[in-house]
Amino acid sequence: MNGNADDSLVKVRGLSFRRNERVILENVDLDIPRGKITAIMGPSGTGKTTLLRLIGGQLPPLQGSIEIDGLNVPALKLPALYELRKRMGMLFQTGALFSDLTVFENVAFPLRVHTRLPENLIRDLVLMKLQAVGLRGARRLMPAELSGGMARRVALARAIALDPMMIMYDEPFTGQDPITVGIIMKLIQQLNTTLGLTSIIVSHDVLEVSAIADYIYVIADGRVMEHGTPTALGRSQSAWMQQFLQGLPDGPAPFHYPASDYATELLEADDA
Amino acid sequence: MINKRWVEIAVGGFVVISLAAMVMLAMKVSNLSAFSAEGAYEVEAHFQNVGGLKVRAPVTMAGVHIGRVAAIELDSQRFDAVVKLAIDEKFNRIPLDTSAAVFTAGLLGEQYVALEPGGEEKTLKNGDRIRIAQSAMVMEQILGQFIFNAAAGDKDKKN
Amino acid sequence: MIWLDSLQEFGQITLKAIARMGRGNLFFLSVLRALPSLRGGTDLLAQQIYSVGVLSLQIIMVSGLSVGMVLGLQGYNMLVDFGAEQSLGQATALSLVRELGPVLTALLFAGRAGSALTAEIGLMKVTEQLSAMEMMAVDPIKRVIVPRFVAALISLPMLAAIFSAIGVLGGFFVGAGLLGVDSGAFWSQMQSKVSFGEDVLNGFIKSVVFGVVAAWIAVFEGYDAVPTTEGVSRATTRTVVETAFAVLGLDFILTAVMF
Repeated sequence: MNGNADDSLVKVRGLSFRRNERVILENVDLDIPRGKITAIMGPSGTGKTTLLRLIGGQLPPLQGSIEIDGLNVPALKLPALYELRKRMGMLFQTGALFSDLTVFENVAFPLRVHTRLPENLIRDLVLMKLQAVGLRGARRLMPAELSGGMARRVALARAIALDPMMIMYDEPFTGQDPITVGIIMKLIQQLNTTLGLTSIIVSHDVLEVSAIADYIYVIADGRVMEHGTPTALGRSQSAWMQQFLQGLPDGPAPFHYPASDYATELLEADDA
Repeated sequence: MINKRWVEIAVGGFVVISLAAMVMLAMKVSNLSAFSAEGAYEVEAHFQNVGGLKVRAPVTMAGVHIGRVAAIELDSQRFDAVVKLAIDEKFNRIPLDTSAAVFTAGLLGEQYVALEPGGEEKTLKNGDRIRIAQSAMVMEQILGQFIFNAAAGDKDKKN
Repeated sequence: MIWLDSLQEFGQITLKAIARMGRGNLFFLSVLRALPSLRGGTDLLAQQIYSVGVLSLQIIMVSGLSVGMVLGLQGYNMLVDFGAEQSLGQATALSLVRELGPVLTALLFAGRAGSALTAEIGLMKVTEQLSAMEMMAVDPIKRVIVPRFVAALISLPMLAAIFSAIGVLGGFFVGAGLLGVDSGAFWSQMQSKVSFGEDVLNGFIKSVVFGVVAAWIAVFEGYDAVPTTEGVSRATTRTVVETAFAVLGLDFILTAVMF
């Protein structure tokens, strides 16, 4: 696992992105290997989700290239981008199920829009996908009737409906109970091996990610701080890395937001 | 998700109701059925004074609505009013020597053109001119005449 | 320099408003460009006409009836003083067909259907449904916005016609049924004074214009909403307020041009 360039499905080079002059990503290089689970980790608000959107072509980068399977995403025209997206799945944080469609219709949606399969074939495919996430019995429910974990599983079934080559998970574990986290972890691994997918997980849940990821990129302050296999990162000498992995409240990443000296500020006159 | 069949039935019903409403507005509320410009021929009449006559005012014969005022213009040579009357195709046997007059419906009502049939064999055709046209009564003139006559009458009595 | 600060603030507000209008216009263009996608299927459109048009029928019919009845009552009281109560039909029909039908329908529509459209689209944005659609290689403008826009645009003139027709019936019911105006005179006076070409057609044109504006504002505000709960509720309010201003302003302009 040494990031052989020919093995990577996604190649990110010199990627920068700003929002209202604020630097979100600065000169980021990433390689996502084919057929593996790659995690992108980092503290909240460091542009991890933004990175997924850049890869998906939903945001234009300021500079840099994002190559997926040989295609440079920012340079693609809309029809070509849509063609590429048919081969990518994305699992959103909230699931993003269509609230006016049943579970069945949600999973059937990509099939109905992008294929002209006969109805009985669509039915079989949808049931297979739902079976894979263990929710075949819930197909008549509306999204509002599902728990958060179930909604994510349905969304996962929808994301794999068109048998994509890669799938991106945006914070798949956040806000879930331990059992659901376990289910989702198992599903991510299972799908990756059985379908031969390439998976990208954006998350800040250290334990879960370390358990399933083959390779981890850690992003903070808009840069790649470190990357390597979970075991390699665990042995990292960097104080910041240790703080992040162990969840220490203070360290190289300070507890306090940058401010002027506390005592001086308290003594200052009110009419500053 | 609501049943597709019910949605389509409801939308169909909605369209039917709104079409019915539009037909009602066209036929019952407005004058589309009563009078359309296509099935009409036009004649003109010259009036010394049309008073308050308006375009679209009714044209009647024996009190029956037979047409509309299509246009009112000023003849710039003779300085009288040219009134174009659009008369329904159905009434195509109106004698050539018919006369026209501007009347008022009621004391304060609106003004309309009344046609009084003549006795000639030939009938009015598109573009013909009605020769005998009686002007509108203008209230100020009538009152003026009345006052003048009354004053003259008083003088006669004294003499 | 306080006055410079407030001048700056004023400038900022103006620039923001101009930017919003620009976004609105670009959005309108992209909706127009996506219109041909409707050929794909009428299912989505039918669904939207149902939720935008059919579900607004109730309030439109009730309001139309009550406005017509009030017009009949008030008109009668005024006209009877001049002995002109026969013109009640004409008075009721003209005010409905020319003004009240299109304008009140558009205002009620903004409150009932426009705000619902904005909220729906805004919530789809908050819950990342629009984003998910994009990632599934489906253009949300084509899939979500266009059917709603077209449904609103079609429904409003239809609702306005229903409003006017029911209003006239309401006026007739009060005038001829309760107050004793001769029913023949009611209809014949109306027919002779209401012109199809000028009154009914112009009223219809008004309602089509209002339909475009109301539909545009409703879908734009939803699509442009800040994707938070608060943003959506603000957008919903803005839809109603902006539609009301736009409709009233346009009504004045259209009336000045038409009549």
